[in-house]
Amino acid sequence: MDMLHTVTANQLRSDIPEFRAGDTLAVHVRVIEGDKERVQVFQGVCIKRKGGGINETFTVRKISNGVGVERIFPLHSPRLSKIEVVRRGRIRRAKLYYLRDLKGKAARIKEI
Amino acid sequence: MAGILGHKIGMTQIFDEAGLMVPVTIIQAGPCVVTQVKTQETDGYEAVQLGYDVIKEKNTVKPRKGIFDKAGTTPRRYLVEFDFSDTDEVKVGDEIKADILTEGSMVRVSGVSKGKGFQGTIKRHNFSMANKTHGQSDRMRAPGSIGQSAWPSRVFKGMRMAGRMGGDRITLKNVRVVKVDAENNLVFLKGALPGAKNTLLEIRK
Repeated sequence: MDMLHTVTANQLRSDIPEFRAGDTLAVHVRVIEGDKERVQVFQGVCIKRKGGGINETFTVRKISNGVGVERIFPLHSPRLSKIEVVRRGRIRRAKLYYLRDLKGKAARIKEI
Repeated sequence: MAGILGHKIGMTQIFDEAGLMVPVTIIQAGPCVVTQVKTQETDGYEAVQLGYDVIKEKNTVKPRKGIFDKAGTTPRRYLVEFDFSDTDEVKVGDEIKADILTEGSMVRVSGVSKGKGFQGTIKRHNFSMANKTHGQSDRMRAPGSIGQSAWPSRVFKGMRMAGRMGGDRITLKNVRVVKVDAENNLVFLKGALPGAKNTLLEIRK
């Protein structure tokens, strides 16, 4: 197990802000189309963090045109140019799956 | 078809240059030592025998110790022959390291798969399961009919049935070399490979 950590250690990013489920994030994703590259922002509520080390991922949920959209990002992916914490939320569990069943005002999360 | 021996360390994922996640198996590959070069004149065929994994001298049997003494190397746990005919000349005592593999190339990997014990036809041969309903009770995982009637009055040879599964020698072709760490003799191959951790694997170019 040690060896698996050491070989991936140099791929871990150190510029990731501290955040947890319930926080609202603006994820800046580098999108590559042909040979052009641009940055796309995906903003929403982080509903979970999962895994550890290089395998860690987080899920961001937002409502887009009335439809719930969730994107799973590898935390240490070089394709993420920036993760911004827009606001911190007060929550009582680590995985906010219950948000999927709520909409509108009920799906709000209180700020710390 | 040059090659190298190594053992499996485990699986993880890494990001490639494009920033995409690639599942990889990490292999401690070598350093191997050339213990014998077999030639057409002396042995009737061409091959290069590699030794891998240093062991204590007291753990070597005498006939093998003769091979190591002749090659002038310390004893190794494994001896496997490879075909080095399309590469440069190798001599007895040469060291083969992970840097013989190039990143982005395709290799063949052989190893012994994990033993699964005595398994039924569904797991062993991918048979379909029977109905859970429609009056079924204890036939869900049964293999079904295994043959005809008065003719041939026997079960054909090779009929797929339950039995020992796993523990077979498996060769995977076209496995991509994602990364080579020549300093630590580590090789990163894409995807899963046969066997458990510490299984001996043969990598052929």
